[in-house]
Amino acid sequence: MRSICLYFQVHQPSRLRTYRFFDIGVDHHYYDDYQNKTIVRRVAEKSYLPMNKLLLDLIKEYGATFKVTFSISGIALDQLSQYAPEVIESFKKLAKTGNVEFLAETYAHSLVSLKDPEEFRSQVMMHSDRIEALFGKRPTSFRNTELIYSDYIGEQVHNMGFNIMLTEGARHILGWKSPNFMYCNAASPKLKLLLRNYQLSDDIGFRFSNHSWIEWPLTAEKFASWINAYDKNQQVLNIFLDYETFGEHQWAETGIFEFMKAMPKQVFALTDYTFDTPSGIAGKVQPVSAVSVPVPISWADEERDLTAWLGNEMQDEAFESIYKLIPQMKGCEDPELIKDWLYLQTSDHFYYMCTKWFSDGAVHNYFNPYSSPYEAFINYMNALSDFIRRVESSQIKPEPIPEYSIPDPKALAIKSKQAYKDAEDTENIEDIEILLSLSKARLKEFLASVDAKTLAYSMYDRSEDEIKKLIKKLPDSFKEELAAVRAQIKKPRKSTLDTYKNKMTEMLKSLF
Amino acid sequence: MKVLMFGWEFPPHITGGLGTACFGMTKGLLKNDVDVIFVVPKAYGDESEEAVRLVNASDVSIDIRKTEQTEFWRNITYLEVNSSLVPYIGPEAFDNLMESNEKVTTLNEESVFNARYVFSGKYGENLLQEVARYALVGAQIAKDSDFDLIHAHDWLTYSAGVAAKQATGKPLVVHMHATEFDRSGENVNQRVYDIERAGMMAADRVITVSNLTRNIVIDRYGIDPAKVITVHNAVEPVEKLDARITEKHVPEKIVTFLGRVTFQKGPEYFIEAAYKVLQRDQNVRFVMAGTGDLLEKMIRRVAQLKISTKFHFTGFLRGDSVDKMFAMSDVYVMPSVSEPFGISPLEAMRSNVPVVISKQSGVAEILHHALKVDFWDIDAMADAIYGLLQYKSLPEMFSKYGALEVDNLKWENAARHIKAVYEQVYQE
Repeated sequence: MRSICLYFQVHQPSRLRTYRFFDIGVDHHYYDDYQNKTIVRRVAEKSYLPMNKLLLDLIKEYGATFKVTFSISGIALDQLSQYAPEVIESFKKLAKTGNVEFLAETYAHSLVSLKDPEEFRSQVMMHSDRIEALFGKRPTSFRNTELIYSDYIGEQVHNMGFNIMLTEGARHILGWKSPNFMYCNAASPKLKLLLRNYQLSDDIGFRFSNHSWIEWPLTAEKFASWINAYDKNQQVLNIFLDYETFGEHQWAETGIFEFMKAMPKQVFALTDYTFDTPSGIAGKVQPVSAVSVPVPISWADEERDLTAWLGNEMQDEAFESIYKLIPQMKGCEDPELIKDWLYLQTSDHFYYMCTKWFSDGAVHNYFNPYSSPYEAFINYMNALSDFIRRVESSQIKPEPIPEYSIPDPKALAIKSKQAYKDAEDTENIEDIEILLSLSKARLKEFLASVDAKTLAYSMYDRSEDEIKKLIKKLPDSFKEELAAVRAQIKKPRKSTLDTYKNKMTEMLKSLF
Repeated sequence: MKVLMFGWEFPPHITGGLGTACFGMTKGLLKNDVDVIFVVPKAYGDESEEAVRLVNASDVSIDIRKTEQTEFWRNITYLEVNSSLVPYIGPEAFDNLMESNEKVTTLNEESVFNARYVFSGKYGENLLQEVARYALVGAQIAKDSDFDLIHAHDWLTYSAGVAAKQATGKPLVVHMHATEFDRSGENVNQRVYDIERAGMMAADRVITVSNLTRNIVIDRYGIDPAKVITVHNAVEPVEKLDARITEKHVPEKIVTFLGRVTFQKGPEYFIEAAYKVLQRDQNVRFVMAGTGDLLEKMIRRVAQLKISTKFHFTGFLRGDSVDKMFAMSDVYVMPSVSEPFGISPLEAMRSNVPVVISKQSGVAEILHHALKVDFWDIDAMADAIYGLLQYKSLPEMFSKYGALEVDNLKWENAARHIKAVYEQVYQE
């Protein structure tokens, strides 16, 4: 029994409004709400809703033999909840059938997997939480933004607890091998890999309505006969598509919905395939071999690499500029900042800055709000500049960036000595200095818990100058009390002094 | 193939982009095996003749009493009496022109044309007389020369082109570098318009320097779209740019406007955008290089905005100074209200200077590596300038790809398209 894995990607970025440089520091709203709403509504009506209904009907008709898989980015979920909540409801209906699997991805549909393992994990967890809350089941299968994958990324995904991941069956990694087998990660063999059959996926996604394509028109029957011709030991067939393929990339008039409706029937009639989800397939199919992917791949363009998002000077500057903020954002709890942090990471912003299509003239302008990549870059950088200012002024202490290189033991020894010495020095800092460093309000607050006697004794052996300085800062009532106590102190014993000093130090420590 | 070409100016004696374009074009045509006889009203003797045989209209004697020329003269007289505005001159000069025009109407044919006439070759008050006489001379030259077709550049030479066609029956191609709408906005001078339209109606083909101009020619002049063909201009390659080593003596970045300070070039939008940028970024100076009838108004506006310490006027720059200005610039802005083509951004890009150009320019149709804004959208213009100054990868991108893009805009290629147009009319 062979399996078809039908997986659909649902994603809509939150497109930026025209954000001028003179908005920096003045206006912190970056999104074109009207445009986003219009696009989400349009795609919902032309694609998501009719297709969800069609799939629900197919599941009702064929039961356990027809299953589908979705990955819905967090940003898409946010916008659907806001602008087209009925789409979320229809996904919930699909989820209830038990024939639909929802995959995990990064919440922001971001490129973070290429930058920082910890932030990557945190965005994946955030997305898994959201999916679990909405559809009642925590994802166990993973797909990365734009199917970006490398050995290293796969390893991280496995460490997050996923046992199967989806990526592109790129020709340059497979060579003569077929994508229609189960593979596994080169470093963590327990992570299974499903590779996209780009030939068949693109037949539906790109060529379906192309009248000059020699196979046009593509019928369900023709499709079934093609897949039946595959060698019987090729156990999986991975059709991975943007969900907007149905009704948006390929308009309803092209017959794409009819094709999809008829496809299962023809498959069941002419072949031994059934439809299954990644976790279902993972349970029954074993990998034939590991596949080595040292350099990241994706499902984009002819090259199947990262050059749609990264590589030109502008993309790289934008990418570096936003991810410089990782240390600051780690401690951040401000929900507004976190939202913008995620929304500005969406891969689409970088995609709009791509210049490689200048040469062949075929600009990828599907819902691209910009007329040139330069415009896209300037607009993004303006918004990002404002965001950076906000992060910096939110006074979050940056965590040190962890060092991954192994340090020289000698240097380490010197370092630890120095650290020890520093600690000692800190111990020696006199209480009076700490008191002097406090603000007036803070000092007053502190003095409420200290009696004049303790203060007087603990500063007994300080110079008159220092004492005067401190007295200046004291509230008037306390000044008198202190003067009275100080007048009474005759030559105290050292042990008495130490006792008070220790008491003072303890109390000061409790301040910090 | 041999072409009789009527121009108005030729390097080094140029006042606008027309002479430079004609020079590049003739060189490109030569590479495509097209010979050119280039006629100018006045030759100074130091013009480059590497690509053409230059004919000085001042050296041609004509006999006005010949019948067909007398006939044409009637036509010319008609044109002359009815036209009064010229490009590149201000309102003050206009009055003088009107006076001289009245005189023209009373001129006696024989007193003017009995022998030779020395053309001034300038865009001045006698321009219309010169245009008319040029036409007459054009017909004479056409009869004396051996060639396959006629090619005339801009309205000043259209009458000459038409006269040459009438005298010889050879096909005529007219080239539209700038229309009256580009020069004057909506306040079109009807008489210039008429000359332009008559030239295009009489021509077998009209070449426009951009689709923008092509649309104007079709929509506003009612010319048959089938005979209007766009051939984008190109730019002459330069061997080396000495000016690159010019040192900048100010620490700030420099943003430059370079061109005539006239309505057509949109200088006021540049100033308003400069003001917006200076509110945010003090590490920048703005330069307006050039002169024109709006210059004083612009200086007053800059003073009014209190940005004079950061905004500088250089007056008219030529030759080396232009290259130096480009070499010092970090951003070049061309905010033209209407620009049939616009060669100066290409010169800036060739010097690795990033450019901001108005969408209302022909050059915007062919450039990828330029920031394009609507001329009236000063917010977008300011934003583009700010982006180029602030985000360092942008200028890197432009210097990497911009110069390369310009290098590929060769006159040789543009001339190949022009030759294709020649071949079409020649075969008809």
